[in-house]
Order: sequence, then structure tokens, then C-alpha cells
Amino acid sequence: MSIAKRQFDAVVVGAGGSGLRAALQLSESNLKVAVLSKVFPTRSHTVAAQGGVAASLGNDGEDNWHWHMFDTVKGSDYLGDQDAIEFMCRKANEAVYELEHFGMPFDRTPDGRIYQRPFGGQTRNYGEGPVKRSCAAADRTGHAMLHTLYQRNVRAHTQFFVEWMALDLIRDQSGDVLGVVAMEMETGEVMILQAKATLLATGGAGRIYSASTNAFINTGDGLGMAARAGIPLEDMEFWQFHPTGVAGAGVLITEGVRGEGGFLLNKNGERFMERYAPTVKDLASRDVVSRAMATEIKEGRGAGKDGEYILLKLDHLGADVIDKRLPGIREIAMKFANVDCTKDPIPVVPTCHYQMGGVPTNIHGQVYTLDNGAEKVVRGLYAAGECSCVSVHGANRLGTNSLLDLLVFGKSAAEQVVRDIAGDKAHKDLPKDATDRPLGRLARLDGATSGESVAEVGAEMRRTMQLHCGVFRFPDSLAEGVRKMLAVAERVKRTFTKDKSKVFNTARIEALELDNLVETAVSSMISATARQESRGAHDRSDFPNRDDVNWMKHTFWSKDGNRLEYKAVKLKPLTVETFQPKARVY
Amino acid sequence: MADLDRIRWHCRRGLLELDIILDRFNRQHLAILAPDQLEQFKELLELDDNHLLDLILERESLAEARLQPMLQMLKAA
Ligand SMILES: Cc1cc2nc3c(=O)[nH]c(=O)nc-3n(C[C@H](O)[C@H](O)[C@H](O)COP(=O)(O)OP(=O)(O)OC[C@H]3O[C@@H](n4cnc5c(N)ncnc54)[C@H](O)[C@@H]3O)c2cc1C
Repeated sequence: MSIAKRQFDAVVVGAGGSGLRAALQLSESNLKVAVLSKVFPTRSHTVAAQGGVAASLGNDGEDNWHWHMFDTVKGSDYLGDQDAIEFMCRKANEAVYELEHFGMPFDRTPDGRIYQRPFGGQTRNYGEGPVKRSCAAADRTGHAMLHTLYQRNVRAHTQFFVEWMALDLIRDQSGDVLGVVAMEMETGEVMILQAKATLLATGGAGRIYSASTNAFINTGDGLGMAARAGIPLEDMEFWQFHPTGVAGAGVLITEGVRGEGGFLLNKNGERFMERYAPTVKDLASRDVVSRAMATEIKEGRGAGKDGEYILLKLDHLGADVIDKRLPGIREIAMKFANVDCTKDPIPVVPTCHYQMGGVPTNIHGQVYTLDNGAEKVVRGLYAAGECSCVSVHGANRLGTNSLLDLLVFGKSAAEQVVRDIAGDKAHKDLPKDATDRPLGRLARLDGATSGESVAEVGAEMRRTMQLHCGVFRFPDSLAEGVRKMLAVAERVKRTFTKDKSKVFNTARIEALELDNLVETAVSSMISATARQESRGAHDRSDFPNRDDVNWMKHTFWSKDGNRLEYKAVKLKPLTVETFQPKARVY
Repeated sequence: MADLDRIRWHCRRGLLELDIILDRFNRQHLAILAPDQLEQFKELLELDDNHLLDLILERESLAEARLQPMLQMLKAA
């Protein structure tokens, strides 16, 4: 079978905030750019971001990037690389002003500047008290960002391949990445997109958990593609649980609710965060709040019939404030929790929300592997956004730092691409086996006449993550989780779909997505089992403390033999002094 | 058949809220919608995620009366 081939300077896989920011930079540099997306670009998961994007503009009270950097380092529980964190925080204002210049409709102060609101973990003067650092467009920040960036891309002649699913990377003998093999969903047609630079921007894989705030499309495709191509995944044990997902549905109640004065109660009506974080209380980092909630539930102070959830109280704000400052919360509470939040509290539980780990990159978005512990850049491959790990979020991301990450590193990766391919006149020859892996995967699925149900194996994977790799992690349970997950991975190799059609075959697409999810899940279980300490989002009952002597290092998991390697955290920033690890109290 | 498959994929959204509601709706109704209902459903699916969710959650109202019955079904899902 001969396969169609098209050539581009750069192929961007993913059209969320990171992919669109990168693509814009590439197109405006006059490169020939293709952007692939499983869904229409403005339906990417970035559309869900409500809270805003962090930048120390100081529009309402003093602020500066060094305070932001401190918060991010501390928030990361000292696992974040301080060079990358300095880079991001210093570029934040520029990134936000650029977006404003592109036409992003930010909320305004009465005198016309960008309105800023407080958000968990963001503080003034190195932890003294909350600061107003989040810039938002009502509760539509992600939506506004996608629309703004998409329009600019159209103007810049970026070429979109909408409803195209990238299946696998093309990597040659010398390890260079030369493009992707992708499938058009409407026809099932497979094509090679050959490129001098390939940029992964496929978002997170939050769907590996049963309780998740993520949309169904968040299946970690970039992680699966990288893992299958022999590229390790970094820090996959670190998953952020958002404290306030609606119990039973996963739907997120924005942190803005607590920013505006809402707070959490246990079944006794106690405002328990005062005990866990006396200074910032309900505005402490997400991991701190999630753990406090899980502790309350574990110790029998959860509300509900089985004591399974915590109550989020906001009725005291009054219907006016709720409607004006927190539009939509009222209706969400009604539809997904059946509660009128102007009268009653909303039942919430810590819910999987954000993937701190991902495909390892440096601050220029270049993907690397480890060669005897040293970074070795993979020529031709870049990554940005939630699928990547640079690592600015370390063991725990601060709210509103992710949209910032997309903007800063989306752009920075693109700038590196422009530098890297400036001298390349021709495309490198494709290897003979360029399409073997993806075509093999498709042929297996299409040929299977019996096998495992995608839905059942997927559910087992999600249950296993939820049960064995949640907010609290126990040694025996982790060991059992690994055993179960390896069994799940074996079953994934035998999935089968009855429907063999090629046209928008959702069952077939879900089978292909499961191939990616399971790589993410296996890497997470194995990395979590190996890390013998508690740090940020990773909390071990048998190792309750952070261990800076042995574990100030990043985990790298490779699919080949489930091998683990480690690399020290970069403590040295670009220009300022190191923030030395301290106990993380709020 | 192919049309239903296309619709099913177009129910994959950026917002989990919509994924959940559309999934409920599809299980209850998709296979038994009449042709004109299908057309209306497709029209609603063309809307932006936040706009569609606003309509379902009654934060906005729909200009075209024509699409009301289908929207009512979605709201009930
Ligand atoms: C409910 C919610 C609220 C949030 N609020 C905030 C907030 O207020 N502030 C903040 O900073 N962060 C927030 N976050 C986090 C933030 O929104 C995400 O981390 C960020 O949007 C991820 O962007 P991305 O560009 O990396 O990926 P996404 O926006 O997820 O985009 C991924 C893209 O990749 C495409 N894709 C995936 N796989 C393939 C494939 N195989 N082939 C082709 N295309 C593919 C998809 O179609 C999509 O276009 C929130 C997250 C959630 C879940």
C-alpha cells in the first residue's frame, strides 16, 4: 500500500493554547506550518480554563516576577527546575501583553488596566499573604485565548488539519524525528506529514483516572507516541488533584469561588482549612487543600451518607456576587450536584486535574532523552504545554501557571524551531520503516475478530489508578496497582472493535487512544511506586516526609523494560540566587 | 449510519460538562431521532462549547425558536 506524503517545515500536533501559540510564532516567521487536531481547534481542552493566567503585572497592589518565581518554586515543592521557573516568570508580563495586543478581551479595572484577582498559592513578598496575580477574561479565559490565537493563525496562513489524529512519530536510525503518521477521521485515510520540526502539544492525560475534571479527548496521545518512539516520560507520578470537583461527576468548581471568599466545611460545619494552613487557609496550594480534604474524609469527618465528600460553602457571598463574579457556578451546581449554591453548599471531592509530568524538554522546548544521566536533545522533536515537562510545575502546579506555561513555552519552542531549521534546505530522507508501527497498530485492530472490550479495559485502567495511585499512596496498594496495571497493558494489546468502518469510527479511535492512555498509566504507577518520599502531589503513607537528600531528582520512565532513571533537579536559576528548599507551609 | 458516526465524534468537546450531557443524550436518543431532529442536533453541535453549555444551563436563550425542541431534549438529558 502506498501512502500519501506531504511536506512541511513544521508540524504541530495539537491546537490547544500551546499548539496555537507555537504555530502562530512559526507561521509569522514564514515557515510552512501544519497543525493537526482531533477536534476543531477552539474545542480543545484549553477552552475549559476559567481561572486565568498568572503574571505579576501588579495592577492591583505591588507584585514582581521574583515573588512569582518564589511561589512557583515553593508550590512545586522544590522539584521544579529553577532555570525554567525564572524563565517563565520573567516572561509572564510580556506573554500577557502580547495576548492583549492580539485582541484578547481581558477583564478591566475602572481605569482600563487588566483586572487581576487572587488565586491559590500566589503570594506577595515571599509568602506573606495573597496577591492579585491572575488575569482573566470573565470565566472564559481559555475560550478567549483559543479564539484569539486561532484567528491570528488563520491570518498568518497556518494550515489546519482538523479531525486528524496523529498516530505515531517517525524516528530514524540516528534518533532524529522526521514527522508523524496521521489518520483523517472522516475517511480513515493514513498520511505521512514529513517535517523538519515536529512539535507535540497534545495536552494532558487526565482521563487515566475515574474521577477527572478533564474532557474525554484528554488521552495523552503525545505521551503514547513519545513512549513508543523510545523517548522517556518525566515525573509521571505527579498528578494534581483539584480540591473541588463535583462529587460523582468530576465537573470542576473553579478556585475563583474560594478566591472570592467561599470556603470548605467538614460534616461538623468546621472550617477545617484554618487548622491546615493558618495564613492562607482555603487559598493554600491545591495539593495542600486536597490532602486536607482527603484527611478529613479519611478520619470520618466527610459529609454525605457515606462521609464521602466535603462541603463548599458560598451562599454567604450572596446571589449578586455569585452571579457577577462567578457566573455559571450556580447552574453547574444545579445540573451536576443538584444543589442551589445560593442556599446550600456544594458537595466536592479532590479530582484528578492536571499532569505535572510529561515529555521531557529544556526551556527551548527541545525534547531530550538521557544519555548516562546527561540530557541529549532529540533532533527534530519539540514539546510544549501540558504534555511536556520542562519542569516549571515540579511536584505541584499553581493555578493559573499552566496557561502561562502554554504561552511562554509554546513561543519559546517555536523560536527554537526557527533557529534550528534555518540552515536545513531539504528534508532528511524518511526511513524505510517510517509507517510500520502505526500501520501495524491499525492492521491488528482491523484484523481482530475477537478480543478485549475497549470500554472494559479502559474502565479497569481508570479504577486501578483511582484506587492505587490517588491522593494518598500506600506501599502494598501501589505494588498491587503495578501488578494490575501491567495486566491491563497486556489486555490493551488485544483490544477489539466490532465496527470495522473507517468513517468517523469512534470505537476505533477510542481503541487507539487507549494505547496512549495505558502508556501514561503504566508510567505513573511505576514511577509512583519507586519514589520513596512524599512531595507535592505525591503522598506516601510509608514515607510521609520530603527527602531532599535522596529524592531531589526527576524520574524518567522508559517503555522499554519499564526502566527508571533519575536526573537531579536544576537548582540554579538563570540569573538570581537559588531558592533553597524549605519546609512547605502556608 | 456514517452520519451518526460523524455526530458521535462531534460530541467530543473541550468541556467535560458537555461530554457528560451529550453522552447521556446520545445513549437515550441518538439512534431514534427523526431526520429533522438530527439536522437540528447537528446545528446545535456547531455552536461553540461555552455557548452551547450556556444554552443548556439556561444562562443564555436561543434566538431560533426552531431549535427549541431539540434544546429542551438536551436540557433534560
Ligand atoms: C476544567 C479546567 C480548568 C482549568 N483552568 C485553568 C486556569 O484557569 N488557568 C490555568 O493556567 N490552567 C487551567 N487549567 C489547565 C489548562 O487549561 C491546561 O493545562 C491547558 O489548557 C492545556 O493546554 P494544551 O495546549 O497543553 O492542551 P489542550 O488544550 O488539551 O489541547 C490539546 C490539543 O491536542 C490535540 N490532540 C491531542 N491528541 C492528538 C492527536 N493524537 N492527534 C492530533 N491532535 C491531537 C487536541 O485535539 C487539542 O487540540 C484548567 C484545566 C481544566 C481541566
